[in-house]
Amino acid sequence: MTILRQFRLFLLPLLGAFALSACGINSVPAAEEVAKAKWADVQAQYQRRANLVGNLVATVKAAGKQEQDTLVKVTEARAKATSVQVNAEDLSDPAKVQQFQQAQAQLSQGLGRLLASVEAYPDLKTNQNFLDLQSQLEGTENRIAVAIRDYNEAVRAYNTRIRTFPDAIGAKIIHGAKPMTPFQATTPGAEEAPKVDFGN
Amino acid sequence: MLRRLLLILALLVFMPATAGAQTFPKLTGRVVDDAALLSPQQEQALTDKLAALEKQSGRQLVVATIPDLQGYDISDYGYQLGRSWGIGSKDRNDGALLIVAPHERKVRIEAGYGLEGIMTDALSSRIIRNDITPHFKAGDMPGGIDAGVDAIAKLLTLPPEEAKALAAQAAAKARDASDNGGGFMVVFWLIVVAIIVIAMFSNRGRGRRYRGGAGPVILWGPGDSGWGSGGGSGWGGGGWGGGDGGGFSGGGGSFGGGGASGGW
Repeated sequence: MTILRQFRLFLLPLLGAFALSACGINSVPAAEEVAKAKWADVQAQYQRRANLVGNLVATVKAAGKQEQDTLVKVTEARAKATSVQVNAEDLSDPAKVQQFQQAQAQLSQGLGRLLASVEAYPDLKTNQNFLDLQSQLEGTENRIAVAIRDYNEAVRAYNTRIRTFPDAIGAKIIHGAKPMTPFQATTPGAEEAPKVDFGN
Repeated sequence: MLRRLLLILALLVFMPATAGAQTFPKLTGRVVDDAALLSPQQEQALTDKLAALEKQSGRQLVVATIPDLQGYDISDYGYQLGRSWGIGSKDRNDGALLIVAPHERKVRIEAGYGLEGIMTDALSSRIIRNDITPHFKAGDMPGGIDAGVDAIAKLLTLPPEEAKALAAQAAAKARDASDNGGGFMVVFWLIVVAIIVIAMFSNRGRGRRYRGGAGPVILWGPGDSGWGSGGGSGWGGGGWGGGDGGGFSGGGGSFGGGGASGGW
């Protein structure tokens, strides 16, 4: 009798705390926050690319006027890409994430075309300013790739956590957690940096 | 039958470690010359230069020559190498790598998160274009690496007054960390002991069985969380401390793909 009472008095709250912490009351939101932060990184890197596009367009414009069509397309794609943003709360909605992917993929394609067309201008290829811009763009594409990979890894960890025992209990009952959407390139190679070889 | 089962079990255990794991060279020093491009003297001279840079600015720069990129793009390989080595301090993420892959004829400067504002992609790309690849094209690998290290070091070196402030700050922080950590732990354990003693005394009248229950109570809280956060991690990691001795290690810095690549 006394043992039982003492058990209740001392061990039960302890066990309760243990059980609660083991079933994801803390770890599920923690994993969710990590994934959201990684998503913010992804968007920040895409924004960085969008900011570079303006400079790139201006530089190309100054060097060669024949590329009007490509330039207009890139500018339009940029405007569209920056207008589509995905809130951290909407990450469990695949449609919204896909919309974002498509807008960005369009800008990627436009940039690829623009950089390819620049091949025709030898003076641009040796222009220090343009080379800098190009390296910045390349670095940004690289950062985007890294940010996407980190985000997908965080989403994978989060999705696994909310679907496996014991965290699944807390995730379902307390948090009502929904799986997040990983980020995929919509067309093969759409997230690849446009490759431009300047022969150096 | 049993043997087979054991084999399968063993496979299951080892599979995650081997499947898809990218292998990186070991971080043997500030210059990891796995592709054997440098003579021992050149390696030593570079190591001294890099050590001096870390002493002055607290920023770690590591030179790595890689014989085989294992089919990865050098930019892809580079940031993962930086993360796996943990170059740079954990708080500031201010590590940098100069990676040379002679067989793929690729070179890359990898900048840690915290350096992206100082060693921008454009500046990194300029160093590669103007300082490194001209040497490489002429077949002078050591010369290119040396010129690259000099150019990067110039970017990473702090102005004198800033370096002084940083050193003073680091010393103060180290003092604080040891003070705080020690004091906190003592108070923490005093409270824990006090609670246990009180609990034992107040329970004495009702039954002696309590002693059996006391064990887990002691082990539970502080054993898991107290030691780990309070005692261990304060500031270590080796970002600064182990600079002079032979044992060089990264400070846990992270990389996010900043920097630039080039080829020759």
